Amino acid sequence: MTRIATADGTAPSVPSQGRRSRAHGPAGAGRPSSVRARRRIGVTGRRVARSEWTKIISLRSTVWTLLAAFVMTVGLAVVFAVTLAGRWDDMSPADRADHDLTSLTLLGVNLAQLAIGVLGVLVVSGEYSTGMIRATLSAVPRRLPVLWAKSAVFGLLAFALMLVTALVAFLVGQAILSTKGIDLSLADPGAFRGVVGAAFYVTAIGLLGLGLGALLRSTPGAIAGLFGLVLVIPMVVSFLPDSLDGLERYLPSMAGNAVMRALPDPDVLSPGGGFLTLLLYVAVTLAAAAVGLRRRDA
Amino acid sequence: MIEARGLTKRYGEKVAVEDLSFTARPGVVTGFLGPNGAGKSTTMRMILGLDRPTRGEVRVNGLRYQDMTDPLCQVGALLEARAVHTGRSARNHLLALAQTHGISARRVDEVIGLAGLTDVAGRRVGGFSLGMGQRLGIASALLGDPATIILDEPVNGLDPEGIRWIRNLLSQLATEGRTVFLSSHLMSEMALVATHLVVVGRGRLIAQTSVADFIAAASPNTVRVRSPQAIPLREALAGHGVTITATGEDTLEITGRTNEEIGEAARACGIALYELTRHQVSLEDAFMDLTRDAVEYHATNAPAPAGASAGRRSAAHAGVAA
Ligand SMILES: Nc1ncnc2c1ncn2[C@@H]1O[C@H](COP(=O)(O)OP(=O)(O)OP(=O)(O)O)[C@@H](O)[C@H]1O
Ligand SMILES: [Mg+2]
Repeated sequence: MTRIATADGTAPSVPSQGRRSRAHGPAGAGRPSSVRARRRIGVTGRRVARSEWTKIISLRSTVWTLLAAFVMTVGLAVVFAVTLAGRWDDMSPADRADHDLTSLTLLGVNLAQLAIGVLGVLVVSGEYSTGMIRATLSAVPRRLPVLWAKSAVFGLLAFALMLVTALVAFLVGQAILSTKGIDLSLADPGAFRGVVGAAFYVTAIGLLGLGLGALLRSTPGAIAGLFGLVLVIPMVVSFLPDSLDGLERYLPSMAGNAVMRALPDPDVLSPGGGFLTLLLYVAVTLAAAAVGLRRRDA
Repeated sequence: MIEARGLTKRYGEKVAVEDLSFTARPGVVTGFLGPNGAGKSTTMRMILGLDRPTRGEVRVNGLRYQDMTDPLCQVGALLEARAVHTGRSARNHLLALAQTHGISARRVDEVIGLAGLTDVAGRRVGGFSLGMGQRLGIASALLGDPATIILDEPVNGLDPEGIRWIRNLLSQLATEGRTVFLSSHLMSEMALVATHLVVVGRGRLIAQTSVADFIAAASPNTVRVRSPQAIPLREALAGHGVTITATGEDTLEITGRTNEEIGEAARACGIALYELTRHQVSLEDAFMDLTRDAVEYHATNAPAPAGASAGRRSAAHAGVAA
């Protein structure tokens, strides 16, 4: 050991039972100026976020998953755009009007959401399956900062990547459609909002996965739950009696559809409604995860 | 300093730890002993705030773990199961932990060197051998330069060289004035590092004592004597507090007399002795005796009061050697 611990390592401050996690929090006693000189060591929200950033970018699976999300989204934009461009001349005017050329180039996010969703699950469940969570929670015994930091770091990373991805998909797709002279630009009504909406939708699904991972603590369980929610339940709901048709629009996938499209659709929520619905899903899941994290043994 | 008071943990019907109170002091290595399922790991998880006690509490340096603003600098821990993501490199793992506290990357490299992991720090932990994994656990325990160190079965699966390394490290950490608390069911191993013991069985405290007192009290020392005149010798040695058992035609097992007393008594009577050996129980035997039926023993039956003697380490060594 190069450093010697004081026999009574009790010197560091005792927080006053408060919620504050800042190292320089506790009320009372003024500290010697030497303390101000070097940065005090201790847990802060910002530091936990930094740690989570290190964690997420130091896993190969993150890189692969993000790459997969990008390739799938852009790839499908090409496929759909080429297909539509090929059929365009044979389509009736009504048929043509039916196609939302913004969301068409963004449809690939329905595949990307699976990759980002799994990544979200793994951000938490990967720590439970490997035991890392015990190290994490030993370092941050208040626990909740870990969940918030994971959500923020993962959410920002997923959103940034998906924003770029959706932009590229849109631009590439529209470039293909320009061969028929039917391409849109980002300045067209709803187009830019659709691009941002697509990134937001995938991020929301990722955060939903993260929350489920924290709630269920098991990778297969959380993935099954997430895929059930975005893939299986919509199918089940479509078989329900017509009287329940109004419910369908509140499913995550349909709310996603709402935020991505430029043309309004009576069967789908407004973009704002879709945005709020997705936000609510994420908020409720993360809140439940937070309660579980506080209450349950690690 | 670790102080547990009335610590109790239930998992449903199962009582893992029951009304456990003990103290682990700074400057010494305190061994936490108990057979499988005694509740050692559960207790350690409660110290780290990972499991919530059903009743009671445990404090480290007067603080509850949840209330610490810099827990890594207060308590370093190596838990039973590996607590590392297998997909990350050793260095990134330590760096992520350090960053939660604003501990510098320089310190990360320092503990990597300390644990002898410099050559493999960039490799993914998934490919680590058991010993390398333990070393990484030790490195993360030392990251915050904590005054208290908790290790759950640190030598499990280590080769002799690794065991010696941990043993020396722990002794050194205690010498530096830190509280070192380590669990094991390898009694012989414990005898080489620990000076104090907290013994548990079925979740309850059986004894809190020094290693030397533990051995002394767990089973009285007997002297084995072989003599062609066993019967007159027996008469010469009889007295209050002395138990003599004939274990063979010419052998006696004597309790309550020292080797010196027996030798002198034999000389005074002109009796020849062929053998005079003190049989001292090993820590292993003492432990087996105490925990044979854990529920029969309670804290009040403790062989000796806690912290009776701090400096009798050499006696412990002698005990094990015997
Ligand atoms: N999460 C849990 N849920 C249910 N029972 C548990 C849990 N953790 C521990 N137990 C039970 O509590 C008891 C104490 O377990 P613990 O792991 O603390 O023992 P230990 O002293 O560490 O044993 P070992 O020497 O085998 O490591 C055991 O009977 C165990 O089965
Ligand atoms: Mg154990």
